[in-house]
Amino acid sequence: MTLNLSVSPDFPPTHLSGWFIFNTWLQRQLGQGVHLELYDSFEAQREDIRNGKLDLIYANPYDASMLVRELGFKVLVRPRNRADETVIAARAEDAAACVEDLKPGLKVATTADPDVHTMGMIMLESADLDGTNVTFKELDSYVLVAKSLLNGDADVGFFLKAGFEELSELVRKKMKPLVSSQISVVHHTLVAGPRMQEHAAMLTDRLINMEHDPKGQAVLKSMGLDGWDIMEEEETEFMIDLIDTLID
Amino acid sequence: MSEQHTADAQDVLIKYFDGTERLAKVVDREVPYPDGKLIVSRTDPKGIITHANRAFVEMSGYSREELIGTNHCILRHPDMPAVAFKDLWDTVAQGKKWQGYVKNLRKDGAYYWVKATVIPNIRNGQLVGYTSVRRKPSRSKISESEALYATLR
Repeated sequence: MTLNLSVSPDFPPTHLSGWFIFNTWLQRQLGQGVHLELYDSFEAQREDIRNGKLDLIYANPYDASMLVRELGFKVLVRPRNRADETVIAARAEDAAACVEDLKPGLKVATTADPDVHTMGMIMLESADLDGTNVTFKELDSYVLVAKSLLNGDADVGFFLKAGFEELSELVRKKMKPLVSSQISVVHHTLVAGPRMQEHAAMLTDRLINMEHDPKGQAVLKSMGLDGWDIMEEEETEFMIDLIDTLID
Repeated sequence: MSEQHTADAQDVLIKYFDGTERLAKVVDREVPYPDGKLIVSRTDPKGIITHANRAFVEMSGYSREELIGTNHCILRHPDMPAVAFKDLWDTVAQGKKWQGYVKNLRKDGAYYWVKATVIPNIRNGQLVGYTSVRRKPSRSKISESEALYATLR
């Protein structure tokens, strides 16, 4: 039986090859075939998740809630020092210096990334801005969000902080962050579905030890990760509870 | 308000819904909510704090050690009407999410406004506590809440 690995569509494109390398590493650990299925769309991935097609997912925190509480997935590990934070940025020359300077009628460039979009909207609340008085332009990547902002098609952009920092310096210099979230406890997780449960303990052990092995280190580096930390069940529940408070 | 008024500290007797009371120092000085941060805490089913994140520690003015094991009502500002907290407890007791604007009292007597969301934590069908997440409110919502709460005290 071939197992299916997938990655939340918000992973940085620069690490695409890293996930294929991880897939090869994973097959060696499990001694069986693993297929890496990548998606451009969050919704298409969610549909396959609901249809039980995926067994191991590097999931964004929003989807982790559905995976764990509705579909019986278990969180194995989380990436070290990779909290998901959100940046709201405007053009560098924009008169707005902070979120409270933004006005109704605001045009927001965003992505379908549920965590970043939710946190972006929460950070607009302090300016009395919400879905009733802003308009959205949904784009496929943070590069396109930056382009939309710099073209003047949008007034602000919502970025995953890691996505913002991966933009070229030239592009970043043309923008200014108005606010950056500092939540620390919301992050991606590697979650295992029902067909993976028999491998869960062994795989968790191998993942935790990747950083101590030269080959494992090379795989981690290719994915842009420092290492994996174990995620206890209660830590997962806490993160999901926190996300639940943020969703209206 | 005048600077003189701002600097004045008053000792105010705060009565809690469980019949207990404490004398708290109150200063008419607002500490602005920090941008981008969420204040996160958890309590047991009786409201005793079991977790406080760094933003909570920084904004409350208490140390983490002082907060853990203390009832969450230590944050209650005397300007907050008891009925607001009754609504909170009635809502979460039904297993529902509560959201509202709250004026919190710091250890130094100053205050800070938050938009608070509280949800019950259910594990294996059992209530094990509550998670409260606070975020930055808008000035207009603070003004509306001040006006409303003044009529409810």
